[in-house]
Amino acid sequence: MKKPITFFDRPENIRRLTFGFFIALGVLLLAEWFVVAHPHFRWEEMPFFSATYGFVACVGVIFTAKGLRWVLGRPESYYQGDDVENMKRIAPQEKSGPD
Amino acid sequence: MQPLLFPDGIAPSLLLIGGAFLLPWLHGRIHQFWRLALPALALGIFLSMPAGDHWVVPFLNHQLVLGHIDALSRVFGIIFSLMAFIGAIYALNVDDNVQHVAGFAYAGGALGVTLAGDLLSLYLFWEVMAVASTFLILARRTRRSRQAAMRYILVHVFGGLALLAGIVCLANTSGDLSVRHLRLDSLPTALIFLGIAVNAAVPPLHAWLQDAYPEATVAGAVFLSAFTTKSAVYVMARTFAGTEALIWLGAVMTILPVFYAEVENDIRRVLSYSLMNQVGFMLCGIGIGTELALNGAVSHAFCHILYKALLFMSAGAVLHVTGKITCTDIGGLHRTMPITCALCIVGAASISAFPLFSGFVSKSMIISAAGINHMGAIWLMLQFASAGVIAHAGIKVPFFTFFGHDAGLKAKEPPLNMLVAMGIAAFGCVFIGIYPQPLYALLPYPVDYVPYTGSHVVAQLQLLLFAIFAFYLLLKSGYYPSEVRAINLDTDWFYRRGGKWFYRLMDRGFNGLNRWCDHHLAHGTAAAAARFAANGPARLTATLLRGVIPPETVQRAFATGTIRLGVHAAAAVLFMVAIYLIA
Repeated sequence: MKKPITFFDRPENIRRLTFGFFIALGVLLLAEWFVVAHPHFRWEEMPFFSATYGFVACVGVIFTAKGLRWVLGRPESYYQGDDVENMKRIAPQEKSGPD
Repeated sequence: MQPLLFPDGIAPSLLLIGGAFLLPWLHGRIHQFWRLALPALALGIFLSMPAGDHWVVPFLNHQLVLGHIDALSRVFGIIFSLMAFIGAIYALNVDDNVQHVAGFAYAGGALGVTLAGDLLSLYLFWEVMAVASTFLILARRTRRSRQAAMRYILVHVFGGLALLAGIVCLANTSGDLSVRHLRLDSLPTALIFLGIAVNAAVPPLHAWLQDAYPEATVAGAVFLSAFTTKSAVYVMARTFAGTEALIWLGAVMTILPVFYAEVENDIRRVLSYSLMNQVGFMLCGIGIGTELALNGAVSHAFCHILYKALLFMSAGAVLHVTGKITCTDIGGLHRTMPITCALCIVGAASISAFPLFSGFVSKSMIISAAGINHMGAIWLMLQFASAGVIAHAGIKVPFFTFFGHDAGLKAKEPPLNMLVAMGIAAFGCVFIGIYPQPLYALLPYPVDYVPYTGSHVVAQLQLLLFAIFAFYLLLKSGYYPSEVRAINLDTDWFYRRGGKWFYRLMDRGFNGLNRWCDHHLAHGTAAAAARFAANGPARLTATLLRGVIPPETVQRAFATGTIRLGVHAAAAVLFMVAIYLIA
């Protein structure tokens, strides 16, 4: 089956989108100077606090998640054989895919 | 509404549960019509019923209040009925009465919990939900779903029994069984709290959710995503608003699942982790307990039901069409499923709380409440979790499903009814995001909150877009965790692996004891006693009379067999004498 070529398949569109995204980041940093802030905490008065926190939090989440996988990651078959049903081998093998 | 069973007409909960059991007798168009009519009728009742206690049934020395309607129960009743309606449209092409009956009984149970004015009827509907929802998992009819359903019902039976124990203790100590504000300071209320916490997936009691929901049927997962956790949020808001423990539990609950979601392979399991994260925001708001925070929690539950169902529906559509839903197996589906892709992105934008989408107008109330109350640590945790949401639910789900590497799957758009259901939910997300006033008007307290201020919009967009920027950089540089076929251990390990060990321990322990007793007592000692009874007296006599009478003569004299009877009779008499003496 031939797949249709979409907007996202053209590299120049991806380049435009990425460029637009960087522009948006810049505009947002500048916009901070033009809005009236009403912070609840001292750290919110820091310039670009939300931008920095969003960036750091996302990096933190992803690296912590990598660490979590390293500690708690197991093969998909990990729990096979843990069910009494499997141990006794009563039920015949079934597909475990979708209905 | 005409009086039927009660002066006020029939309670929506009983309407859905009773109506569900009519379905096996209906066919064709009438079957489909009835499935749409049931939730629509329930929605009509919620919109039209005046506040107060309705459908009161005397039961023993007690009044079952099946319809306590006030602002809080009305808003939850409206969203639950609306969700049942959207779910019914989504499941219109499903030809499986098990799912339809279970789905409506489950929704009816959720409405019953919402409307319950007393703890006893709340408990009854609570258990209806537990049992009915299990069938939505079983109905997948795979080995994995059967095992997951078994673990699911066991956890919910545990939670239900904790709730029941608390209610019984409370009835004995105070005698007041109305659903009211409780203080978390005694055993009965702690047990009730535990029971609700299990259904709300509060860590470490959360793993049933991520274990079971991804194993449910396509439409079943949509129903499941709406009712169990959100009815628990509702009951929590009724009973434990302002409980400090909930603030911290909720905040931890927002953060813990984002790590798991980031490295999970099954898209519906990613959504289950993100569901838990969103419920964390609600519980945190309930814990803060101010009017703004409670309004935030309730409105967030309302918006969350719509966008989470939308995300589960789009993931379900992919599963329905391709038969696959793990990151490693799918990708690039925007070419063949553009409408589903667009609707999924609306859900992703809503859950990420982008301005103009529903999550923004509700979640920000909770975070603002934490700010106004100067809870710095909580505020930072909630914002951290918000950035985590954009990373997994906002980008990962649409990106790895519809973009990313093309897995080359043959796909097409799902049936029209599925698209319509997703379209309604997506419309709701955008409508509430742009024009939140109708939702704000439904909230339990008057709303004096403006989400769209310049600084709030800019701060939120900075947080989200720079989180996306971080995601982009990590993906480009190869630091983003790769998609692998694997699982990550969660707290269900304790009862899954622990269950196996317990089984082995019991097997080795008790069966070993049994074998030892069988070998040594049943065979060893009893056989020795029998040998002694048979040969003992003859040998003893032969030994004593050695040299007087030849042993062969003694053996022959004993060979009549009567001596055995004599020994047994003597033992029996001695036994009875011993009993007499001891007694």
